[in-house]
Amino acid sequence: MIEHLPVLLVTVPIVAALLILLLGWHDSRFCYPLTLATILFQFAGGIALLIEVMREGTIHYYLGGWAPPLGIEFVIDTFNGYILPIVLLLALATAVYARRSVEKEIKPEKIVSFYVLFQLLVTGLVGMTITGDIFNLYVFLEISSIAAYTLIASSRKPRAYVAALNYLVLGSIAGGFVLLGIGNLYVATGTLNMADLARLLPASYGLATVHTAFLLLVIGFSIKVALFPLHLWLPDAYTEAPSAVTVLISTVMAKVSVYAMFRVIFSVFTTAYFVETVPVTELILFIAAVAIVAGAVLAIAQEDLKRMLAYSSVSQVGYIVFALGVANQIALEGGLLHILGHAVMKGCLFMVAGVIIYRLGTSSFSDLKGVAATMPVTCAAFALAGASMIGVPPTIGFASKYYLVLGALEAGHWVYAAVLLAGSLLAVGYIWRFIEVAYFSASSHHEGGDHHPAPGVREAPLSMLVPMVILSILCLVLGIFVDPLMKIVAPAVSLLLGGA
Amino acid sequence: MEAVLEAFLSHYNYGMAIILMMIGLYALIAKQNLVKKLIGLNIFQTAIFLFYISFADVEGGIAPIYLPEGMEAIYVNPLPHVLILTAIVVGVSVTAVGLSLIVRIYEEYGVIDEAGLLKMVKRR
Repeated sequence: MIEHLPVLLVTVPIVAALLILLLGWHDSRFCYPLTLATILFQFAGGIALLIEVMREGTIHYYLGGWAPPLGIEFVIDTFNGYILPIVLLLALATAVYARRSVEKEIKPEKIVSFYVLFQLLVTGLVGMTITGDIFNLYVFLEISSIAAYTLIASSRKPRAYVAALNYLVLGSIAGGFVLLGIGNLYVATGTLNMADLARLLPASYGLATVHTAFLLLVIGFSIKVALFPLHLWLPDAYTEAPSAVTVLISTVMAKVSVYAMFRVIFSVFTTAYFVETVPVTELILFIAAVAIVAGAVLAIAQEDLKRMLAYSSVSQVGYIVFALGVANQIALEGGLLHILGHAVMKGCLFMVAGVIIYRLGTSSFSDLKGVAATMPVTCAAFALAGASMIGVPPTIGFASKYYLVLGALEAGHWVYAAVLLAGSLLAVGYIWRFIEVAYFSASSHHEGGDHHPAPGVREAPLSMLVPMVILSILCLVLGIFVDPLMKIVAPAVSLLLGGA
Repeated sequence: MEAVLEAFLSHYNYGMAIILMMIGLYALIAKQNLVKKLIGLNIFQTAIFLFYISFADVEGGIAPIYLPEGMEAIYVNPLPHVLILTAIVVGVSVTAVGLSLIVRIYEEYGVIDEAGLLKMVKRR
């Protein structure tokens, strides 16, 4: 059983998705427990695989028993062994959170297909994480993308259709670039297996074909992770999607795209290629720095909580890509920590936004005055996760930014280290806006002499509150116990820097 | 100059794929009608498919089928064809989702061109 776990993580949910669809026709009450059970199974599997990898080393699973490079293989090493539980933890938290949120934000007849697509999205992302074959990566990328387009459009708001179409067009261009890049790699080497590619590519590092492949792949994944000038699909998609979907795509999908970018750049092309043969690190550093500042400034300018958090994602992705540009041990440790940290804290923040929409029906700042009085737990969770976003010690956000700054200083990038700190200061600006509105503005109902809160506005339902509070506490706990975490992150980074 | 022309003519299939790709991207960016944009996306994807198929070709090659004992033949590379089969399925699904989104947008806003849509979205 355990030796077939990698493939079960992908096949079981696909079968479950079909089952949800069939049983959902019969009775839609089956959907939710089935989804939750499948994701629980995946989460347990992800943890089991991480433990196995830490104990025994890299796991290779040959699909159908065909050995690579002919067959497709799933590879779980310390890097994706670390990413996989993050993906599934967030998927699990979102699944718990989604039930009440979906009842309110999605038309009843669409709930069955919502859970089917939810399942497919998570499966596509898990597949992207564990596959060792670059074309397989593309297929899973498209599975998750198509599921994401439709999930965004499942909202009741008509603007969601426009946001989804926008994302569909840009996402398909990104997919096309990735496909073209993979084609170029195949022309240069004649193989699609990542480990095999890393072995064969050095012989053709001088070829224009390989340079083209590198650029196409980097640009394709940059659109997917919404790196600053290519982020145009992100704000609308995050704002208009149903809350549960926003939580899932802002945390899990963004992180897996970043993972794919790291995997292709480090494990397929190796550090030697992109630091020496095609020196793009300076350019990546510059773009990441612009992303950090521009994302944060745009976030401050927003009038809507969800949209503000969306722009904050643009800024935070900059931090992770920054680690890629510095490309030394310490900075990459910071980058990988930030993948975990940002997933946890942004998940919590978007859950808060979703809860507020659930109770108030809006997330515009002007309607949120004094909301902390009626929803104290929600706002406390926001404050804690927000502190992590800013990088207040001892949260996880502090730990990751600390390593990033140390790494930048070690590489001698003084100016960029200052940009990282400036990004944190700007984060204070946008996180504080909500805190001020929620805690320090008099509620519009109080002004009229009426001291009763608006009818229906009370604390969120328990099933939404629990995952949100757990994630916000995780921000703190992970930050305090960062040392055991480094025992997983450090070997992952050594693996990346050492090539495949 | 002649060398450049020579290089282009000997690899004209790649040149064609790139030209087709640019036509697709142009339609995607410049066309106002959403359906035409999606057609542009299709042309862009088809160009990539053709790129794969053309580099798989071997001069004088035949389809990779099993030949009786004693017969010899040159096969074209079958792998890119298989890969593109997958990519075509992806392309079809993306087109289907895109078209259904456009239908919904038309039902909701009553417009199908980008400028009109932006106006309608801002007004609400």
